[in-house]
Amino acid sequence: MDYFNPVEVLERERLEALQLQRLRDTVDRLYQKVPFYRKKLEEVGFRPGDIKSLEDLKKLPFTTKDDLRDNYPFGLFAVPMRDIVRLHASSGTTGKPTVVGYTANDIKVWADLVARTIVAAGGTQDDIVHVAYGYGLFTGGLGLHYGAEMLGATALPMSGGNTKRQIRLMVDFGSTILCCTPSYALNIAEVMREMGVTRDQIKLKAGILGAEPWTDEMRLQIEEELGISAHDIYGLSEVVGPGVSIECVEKRGLHVFEDCFIPEIIDPDTGETLPPGQRGELVFTNINKEGLALLRYRTRDISALDVSPCPCGRTHVRMMRVTGRTDDMLIIRGVNVFPSQVEAVLMQIPGVSPHYQLVVDRVENLDVLEVQVEVSPQVFSDEIKKLEELERKIQDEVQSYLGVSVKVRLMEPRSIQRSEGKAVRVIDRRKL
Amino acid sequence: MRVRQVSVFLENKSGRLYEVCKCLAEADVNIRALAIAETADYGVLRLIVNDPDLAVKTMTENEFTVSETEVIAVEVPDRPGGLAGVLAPLYEANVNIEYLYCFVEKSGESAIVVFRVEQIDRAIQALQSSGFTVMREEDVYRI
Repeated sequence: MDYFNPVEVLERERLEALQLQRLRDTVDRLYQKVPFYRKKLEEVGFRPGDIKSLEDLKKLPFTTKDDLRDNYPFGLFAVPMRDIVRLHASSGTTGKPTVVGYTANDIKVWADLVARTIVAAGGTQDDIVHVAYGYGLFTGGLGLHYGAEMLGATALPMSGGNTKRQIRLMVDFGSTILCCTPSYALNIAEVMREMGVTRDQIKLKAGILGAEPWTDEMRLQIEEELGISAHDIYGLSEVVGPGVSIECVEKRGLHVFEDCFIPEIIDPDTGETLPPGQRGELVFTNINKEGLALLRYRTRDISALDVSPCPCGRTHVRMMRVTGRTDDMLIIRGVNVFPSQVEAVLMQIPGVSPHYQLVVDRVENLDVLEVQVEVSPQVFSDEIKKLEELERKIQDEVQSYLGVSVKVRLMEPRSIQRSEGKAVRVIDRRKL
Repeated sequence: MRVRQVSVFLENKSGRLYEVCKCLAEADVNIRALAIAETADYGVLRLIVNDPDLAVKTMTENEFTVSETEVIAVEVPDRPGGLAGVLAPLYEANVNIEYLYCFVEKSGESAIVVFRVEQIDRAIQALQSSGFTVMREEDVYRI
């Protein structure tokens, strides 16, 4: 099987006609159903029916993460809550998470998209799909799960963690496709070595890896150590979750499923649309979603588009691997973390100084986030156990707020570098 | 009866202990006794000095994180069983010891044990009624 859905190889002309029709319907529907969009569209003098060609997309206003936050939780939904069958959420910049809602049909479309990604990575109905992304509010676990079932493969809902058990079941059940973050794939390979499990004892053939930035060097290492073909998958909950784009066997960019999303690359400063090949901020418009459809959503991810034909036969445009962010968001083991969130937590703990620094490193293939906090005379105790209590308190608070485990290191006053102007809050030592 | 101990927060970084001691030396502060409690990332330096006020002032000026704690100092005979002997009345009086450290007096006849306890008054009372000498503040600074 080369593809899952024939739309993946639809001729460009027909694909673009489908896009135009869906874009027009989406814009008209949002104008009618979502007061936020009606207001935004009216501000730029837009009326239903004004979309005449795909070029008209450029005239539409952008949507940002702040817009989602300002309309927290359900303000941007385009259907009544009775039609929403699933909610997911991701962490936001200042406490409020970003909430996304799906109708029954959205769940079906999403599963179809993920099924396409599994097939692009070489999957068939015969595969056992080992889903080691987290299950829960995060879209990773359930996204891959429903996609595997839609394909007719066997979904194994492992969720993250407990690596030894992951490996035991991988051996016993004969998992063939591994879905997790690239760093966790390397961690699994390492624990396998420690356990004395060899490559011939596992049946893995492919990896669908994403939710964090990685490199070709990491790909080679993962492919070598696990004996698999490793494919980059991209997605974000605001747009749908995993399944926005995937690398095919060619591994030269990720095909964006253009029947559902229209990608653009813009200059992050001017908002101007950039031509194919140029690097800039990735923007998506949902054209096949009912519950929450976003117009020109600014992802803050930096990429470029490649419109040249792909030998795999898919006609959908490819986006280059995401190489960075236009904001200070960090991705720690697949979880989005903004330094301002850590600051908000620290400010709530009495006596803790506002001077902090985040140090991100990759130790044994796992992201480690260290929060360095200066000890003020108000909280300094000469008893180690009280200092340890303070460390634990900060750790618990940050952890429960961010949803990612952290290490807290107490520092001497003034030992965290003060900078002129904008403070350097993050030191990222991960080599990518 | 209560002795002022000065504590300093130290990151686990080479040269920090030297810097504290250098700063005290420049202020002409004499260290009488010291102990360090450590974790993987940092340590707490505990000092008994001849002039606690001056030590706190000079270290604060040099931007160290400093705190003061009250401890008690007890003279015990410098022979086997000396420490056990002084611990017995504290145990019997249900006093919790946070930490302690010892040093030997110049004369060499007795050792001095510095205690940080939760129930300081009860500890003093228990020690005195068992015949131990709880040292006066100024005597400790003068050792």
